[in-house]
Amino acid sequence: MAEMLIDTANHIAGYAAKAARVKVVAAYPITPQTTIVEKIAEFVETGKMDIEYIRVESEHSAMVACIGAAAAGVRTFTATSAHGLALMHEALHWASGSRLPIVMAVVNRAMGAPWSIWPDFSDSLSQRDTGWLQFYCADNQEVFDTILQAYKLCENERVFLPAMICLEGFILSHTYMPVKIPEQKKVDDFLPPYKSGWTLDINNPFSHSNLVAPEWYMEFRYMIQEAMENAKRLIPVIDKEYGKTFGVEHGGLIEKYKCEDADLILLTMGTMGSEAKIAVENLRKDGLKVGSARIRVFRPFPTEEIEKLAEQAQMLAAIDRHISFGMEGFLATEIKACLSNQKDRPLVAGFIAGLGGRDVTSGTIEKIAKKSLKQMRDGKVERETEWVDLKE
Amino acid sequence: MVTIKELSKEEYLLKGHAACAGCGPAISLRLLFKALGNKVVLVVPACCTTVIQGPYPYTSFEVPLQNILFESTAAAASGIVAALHQRKIGGITVVGWAGDGGTVDIGIQALSGAAERETDFIYICYDNEAYGNTGVQRSGATPYGAWTTTTPFGKKERKKDMPLIMAAHRIPYVATACPSYPIDFVNKLRKAKEIKGTKYIHILAPCPTGWRYDTSKTVELGRLAVQTGLWALFEIEYGKFKLNSPSDRLIDKAKRKPIKEYLALQGRFRSLTDEGTEKIQKWVDEDWDKYRKLTLNSTSDFASYGTT
Repeated sequence: MAEMLIDTANHIAGYAAKAARVKVVAAYPITPQTTIVEKIAEFVETGKMDIEYIRVESEHSAMVACIGAAAAGVRTFTATSAHGLALMHEALHWASGSRLPIVMAVVNRAMGAPWSIWPDFSDSLSQRDTGWLQFYCADNQEVFDTILQAYKLCENERVFLPAMICLEGFILSHTYMPVKIPEQKKVDDFLPPYKSGWTLDINNPFSHSNLVAPEWYMEFRYMIQEAMENAKRLIPVIDKEYGKTFGVEHGGLIEKYKCEDADLILLTMGTMGSEAKIAVENLRKDGLKVGSARIRVFRPFPTEEIEKLAEQAQMLAAIDRHISFGMEGFLATEIKACLSNQKDRPLVAGFIAGLGGRDVTSGTIEKIAKKSLKQMRDGKVERETEWVDLKE
Repeated sequence: MVTIKELSKEEYLLKGHAACAGCGPAISLRLLFKALGNKVVLVVPACCTTVIQGPYPYTSFEVPLQNILFESTAAAASGIVAALHQRKIGGITVVGWAGDGGTVDIGIQALSGAAERETDFIYICYDNEAYGNTGVQRSGATPYGAWTTTTPFGKKERKKDMPLIMAAHRIPYVATACPSYPIDFVNKLRKAKEIKGTKYIHILAPCPTGWRYDTSKTVELGRLAVQTGLWALFEIEYGKFKLNSPSDRLIDKAKRKPIKEYLALQGRFRSLTDEGTEKIQKWVDEDWDKYRKLTLNSTSDFASYGTT
C-alpha cells in the first residue's frame, strides 16, 4: 500500500534514496542539506537501509567516493548544497566523463561571499557545463518522484550520465508537505537493479579514464552530447510511465500551465513555478492572457519545447533566481539562444528575482507579468534584464 | 616471508609501459604485483603512473585500474571498498597508488579521512621527492637542499615525515620500503594484505629524471639512501615499531655510511654547501635517536593503534 507522509523535502529525499535501494551513500554535511544525511543515518542505524554509509571528510571526497562505488558496480546517492557543490566541481566533470549514473540531491543555496544559507540557483547553475542532468523541483512530491525517475533515466544505456535533483533550501528542504510514498514492490518493478556501462572487474582488467589523445577526446565529448539528447527524448517517456504506475506526472521537460492561448508566458524554475501558477490565476481574472511554463529540466535544455511556446506567444518573461555576472540570468540567455534562428520570434524580457532567499511571491510575479505585458504592447523591451524589488 | 627464490614469476606490469629508463616507481609497481597477484583493483591519481600505464586504448597493467583526481585516491578507494563489500565480493585487494605530491600535499586530506574511517585498503605512496610527472617541481616530500624546477637553488625546508603522520592515525600497519630491497617490500605488502583496516606503505623510489643521476644507478641510490640512514626501513604493526634489515643494524652511527656518498651521486644536490650537508647529517642523527628510542620502548609513542 502506498503511504501518505507529511514531511520535509529533505526527509523525502532520504525516503527516495531508500526506495531506490541505493547501496552506497557518501556524504558530508552542509546547511541546508543536513537533514537529508541525518535521515539516511537514521535509516541506516535503525536497520531500515542496508547500505555502506561513508561519512566522508569533504564534499570532494563524497563525490569521488560515489564515483568509486558506482565504478565498482553499485547504485549511489549523495546530497549537498552551495559551497559543497562548488568544492565537488572537478569531481562532477569526472563523474559525467566516466559516464557513471550517480544521482545527487542539491539543496539550492546562494554562494558566498557574503555568507548566505538561503536559496537561489547560483550553486547548481554554476555547474551547468559539467555534463550532469539537472532537474529543478517545485514541491516535495516532485523531489521524491524525480529521484526515482532520475535513476531510471541515468541507468538507461542511451544515457549513462549523472543527475542532480535540485530543490530550494528551506522553501522545500525544511517545509512539511504531504507526499505519497508508493509501495516498495511497485518501485522495484519501475526501477530494476543498478545498471552501468562498465564496472571495475578483475576478470576484465581495463584502465579506466586514462590519458586520451586529441585524436579521440572529441568523440568522447560528442558521446556525452548524444547522451544528453537521448535523455531529452526519454525524460517525458519516463515521466509518463511513472505517471501510469504511480498516478502522478510532472510535465516531462516543462510543466506548462494555461499556455495554449497565452500572449505572455512566464518562464520559471523550481518553486517560483508554483507561485507563477497562482499569479496566472489572478491575472486571468482580470482578463489578461498569461501562462506559466516551469522549466523542470535545465540540462538537457528543452530547446524544442521553448521553440513551440515561442510560436504561440508574443512575449516571454524569463524569471531567474540566478545571475551570471556581466551578462544576465542563465534562463534568459538560454531562451534567447533557442529563439535566435526563429522567424517572428516573441520579445524576451529577463528578470532577476529571489537571490539569496528573498521571497518571490505570486504578487512579485504578477508585477513582473504586468511589466512584461506593457512591454509587449509597446512592442519593445526596455531593459534586457530587470532586477526585481531592488532597493535603490 | 618469501625469499627471492619464492618470488612469483608472473608479470602483471606488462612490457612496453611508458616509464622513464631507470624509473624507481616502475620497479616498485612490478614488485607490487608480484607480491599481491592480480586480484587487485588499483586506484591511481594524476602522477607518473598516469603515464606509465600508457594512453587509451592501451594499458600496461593486467589489473583493473581506476584513474582518479589528484587529491582523491583514498576517497575513490573508499567507494570501491564499500561497493565490493555491498556486493559481497571478497578476496580483492584495493590499492591506492599515489606519488608524493598526491599523498603528502594535495591528497593528505582524503587519505587522513579514509584512515580515520578505518577503510580496508592498502595505500602506497611512491615517493620520488618531487612532482615528477609535471617536470620536477618541489613537493612537501622534497628534501632540504634538493634542486627542483621551482627550487632552482635548493629547497630551504625539510621533508614532511609522512609515515609518522600516518602512524598518528593509529592505523594497524605503517611501513617504509625501497625497491632496492625487494624482498622487504614484497613481505610488507603480503603482510599488509592480511591485515584488516588501513595499511600505509611509503616507498622511497629513486627517480633519475628528477634526481639527476645515471639511469643505471637507481638500485644503488636506493641502497645508499638506506645505508646512510637517510631512509630507514621500518614498520609499525599495531603500534609496535620495528626496524627492518638492514636498517636494524644502523642504530650505531658508526655503521651508517656518511650521507655525502648518497648526495654526491645526484645532480639535484650539486649546489648544496658543506654547511647544508652538515645540517642534513645532524637531522639524520636526530631521526636515528628517535628510532633508537622507539625500538627500545616501542610502546611509548604508537601504542594506542587501530581498529575499534
